[in-house]
Amino acid sequence: MRDSMNTGPSNTSNTSSSTLPTPASKPPTRSRHWNWLEKFLPILSLVLLFVALAILSPHFLTLPNLSNVARRTAVINIMALGMTLIIISGGIDLSVGSVMAFSGIAGTMLLQAGLPLPVAILGAMVAGMAWGLINSLLITQLRVSPFIATLGTMGAARGLTLVITDGLPIVRLPRTFGFLGDGNLLQIIPVPLAILLALAFLTGYILKFTRLGRYAFAIGSNREAARYAGIPITRYLIAIYCLAGAFTGMAAMIASSRLMTGQPTAGQGYELSVIAAVVIGGGSLAGGEGSVSGTVVGAFIMSLISNGSNLLGVSPFWQQVLIGSVIVFAVAVDELRKRKQG
Amino acid sequence: MTVPPETSINSETSPSDSKPPARLEMRGVSKSFSGVTVLRRANLTAKAGEVHGLVGENGAGKSTLMKILSGELPRDAGEIFWEGRPAGIESRSDSQRLGISMIHQELSLAPHLSVAANIFLGREPLKGWGALDRRAELEEATRSLAELGFELDASRPVSLLNPAERQLVEIARALTASSGLIIMDEPTSSLSSPEVEDLFSVVEKLKQRGVSIIFVTHRLEELARIADRVTVLRDGAVVHSTEMPRKDFSPLIHAMVGRELRDLFPARKVLPGPVILKVENLSRRGMIENANLELRRGEVVGLAGLIGAGCTELVETLFGAWPPETGEVRIEGKPVSIRAPQDAIRAGMVLITEDRKTTGLALPLPLSHNITLSNLRALVRAGKIGLREEKRVAQKFIERLRIRASSVDQKTASLSGGNQQKAVLAKWLFCEPRIFLLDEPTRGVDVGSRQEIYGLMNELAEAGAAILMISSELEEILGMSDRVLVMRAGRIVKELVTRETSQEEIMHYAALASSNAGEEVH
Ligand SMILES: Nc1ncnc2c1ncn2[C@@H]1O[C@H](COP(=O)(O)OP(=O)(O)OP(=O)(O)O)[C@@H](O)[C@H]1O
Ligand SMILES: [Mg+2]
Repeated sequence: MRDSMNTGPSNTSNTSSSTLPTPASKPPTRSRHWNWLEKFLPILSLVLLFVALAILSPHFLTLPNLSNVARRTAVINIMALGMTLIIISGGIDLSVGSVMAFSGIAGTMLLQAGLPLPVAILGAMVAGMAWGLINSLLITQLRVSPFIATLGTMGAARGLTLVITDGLPIVRLPRTFGFLGDGNLLQIIPVPLAILLALAFLTGYILKFTRLGRYAFAIGSNREAARYAGIPITRYLIAIYCLAGAFTGMAAMIASSRLMTGQPTAGQGYELSVIAAVVIGGGSLAGGEGSVSGTVVGAFIMSLISNGSNLLGVSPFWQQVLIGSVIVFAVAVDELRKRKQG
Repeated sequence: MTVPPETSINSETSPSDSKPPARLEMRGVSKSFSGVTVLRRANLTAKAGEVHGLVGENGAGKSTLMKILSGELPRDAGEIFWEGRPAGIESRSDSQRLGISMIHQELSLAPHLSVAANIFLGREPLKGWGALDRRAELEEATRSLAELGFELDASRPVSLLNPAERQLVEIARALTASSGLIIMDEPTSSLSSPEVEDLFSVVEKLKQRGVSIIFVTHRLEELARIADRVTVLRDGAVVHSTEMPRKDFSPLIHAMVGRELRDLFPARKVLPGPVILKVENLSRRGMIENANLELRRGEVVGLAGLIGAGCTELVETLFGAWPPETGEVRIEGKPVSIRAPQDAIRAGMVLITEDRKTTGLALPLPLSHNITLSNLRALVRAGKIGLREEKRVAQKFIERLRIRASSVDQKTASLSGGNQQKAVLAKWLFCEPRIFLLDEPTRGVDVGSRQEIYGLMNELAEAGAAILMISSELEEILGMSDRVLVMRAGRIVKELVTRETSQEEIMHYAALASSNAGEEVH
């Protein structure tokens, strides 16, 4: 999975043939081992974390627990996929959590009104896209910085959700709705995990093989150069934010399905976890960097930390401290690696 | 002067035993980047009060050697001596302590700070209790700019300056750090001749004060005027180091490129054909006024003017980077509306901008992605970019323009300056346009490649393209163009036929303009 989906430009540089008569390359030095180590630090930490938890807690390696971890991760992770695109393009979206609540309410209201599940999911995705459209128009037309624009819509989307629902959850949903969050494919694969994998491959494909992905990197690396290269920046930014909104709508329906309610307070504080997943996976808030495989690993690291802490009885307060430290540490290591490469 | 003890202990490593030691001696410096060797046991000596030229092809390792000297890059092997003693340069602060300062090839200013703040960045004048003394900073900066003869307002933010003005700030910064040795990495590549003259008189003064200068350039005529000695780097090794010749550069060029070089400006085998681009009354407030011009197929037209004359603004407006306020543009007789760069590209007109770092390249991306960026459409089948086809295209341009890169995936930021410039050219060639607007197309490109680029321009013209070229090097304009348009204060003031004009005449119209311009505007 890592190789086929890793689309960050820096990851491709070692593979292809040389065009110069290169002098005999030196054997790998100590520093190159370190580079390698630093590059794979996220996936290595994930594996270590997994092994450590398996040893420390007898409940960790059980099917119900692992399936629970997968389901929980999927929600954050699907949103983080959209956020990866946004961050690569040099933007950020603080409104994900609120938009998740909004589109979850939209979808569950459609269900409550008796519409079939696919229509409800589509409705939630369209609601998410609408917020993506608003965000991108604020950014490209009014030239508000992404941070401020989405800080505004973060409040607005939450407020509207509360107004629409009067602060009350949407309940009495059809029993079959539970399949989306709690069902299994082939009796064993959690449905949310399957959806996550499908969307991860889709995002990886977009980043590597489509103009949308390529232009996201270009816009995030040097917006002026992208403009002079004739890239219609506005159009592509709108597409990116809308796509991310649609992903958020999907995640919202999975989360609602797990609770069998539409919660107007859902997704509070999720923006932190979502952005953290991208950043732990090597995304740079300066733009132009990020990868799907990194984001997926980042999201799993985050959820293993919280699952492990729960199993080992670490207080939720300390969990926050732990997660905060992991974010800062991950970014510091990444910066160090970049500085060494020059 | 007595020989310092460090050098006399080991006599075989100090060839300067009998003479006073040189100010700087770099010995056996080697460097490689992820397995690719860039410097091979390079030596360089500079005496006090000496201007030492450093030349070589794009990617030969000049900037790398200079960054090692300034402590920005670590070296893999080799020694550096300062006044005969080991210099102990491991970081930028070590070289600063010795009085080494560097003018970077790729400018490194803080865009949102003022000119004065940039000049004193890192050594700001302080008040007694530790706060910044902004008034002193501004006064100091204004005084030293005046002393250098640079016409710049020290309080302006750098983001409002054009590349040439930024270069002047960078020069002022290095000079006021008042040093024992100043490294100038292609300081003149974005300057026009009056500023170059200013710089040379400054260099002369510094020389008298005993400051050593290492001057990296691709313009040998400049070195002939100011350099005492010259060192040639080729593939990272020093192949030649002599007195700077005053007239005959052929041994130098031979050492650089490994072959003879005749006719820097090859002849064009085509006469101008029908009009392809017609511009009428193009205006943009405060930038250009009523520009009228025509370009013909197979024609190369030069556009000359001093800094701030509006040449760059004219081509950027034509290209749609800034929407024009009034004016009509016709391509092959048909009116076209150009509101954004993509409109121009679609109409077959491209612009190679003067500043590759800010508008030319997405530096963090791989070379191949930059080459295909503005014509990615051509590689897409059913929504999917053909990655293999993309590599093939990039490879083709790397070979055609002889871009020195370890692979098509090399990060563009790590290419040498001249090779980055070639990458910009490749990007626009891939669009196969009919009209080329070239703003300093050979900036930072070595002699050999420059001749190849001129040859390429001729090929394009012969195939029916039209070229409008801005250059601060009048020699280039005279060598390549059929006609010359001279700009001043946002207007095209004179059209000259290249065969019948001279550098003096062009300068006359351009400079006359600048002294009148101020009066006309107010
Ligand atoms: N960080 C890096 N990683 C990989 N290769 C690098 C890096 N920095 C420089 N190089 C390579 O080192 C070689 C020498 O580069 P350098 O910038 O010293 O050339 P130069 O002589 O200054 O050329 P120019 O005249 O074009 O400025 C180039 O081929 C370049 O691609
Ligand atoms: Mg260089």
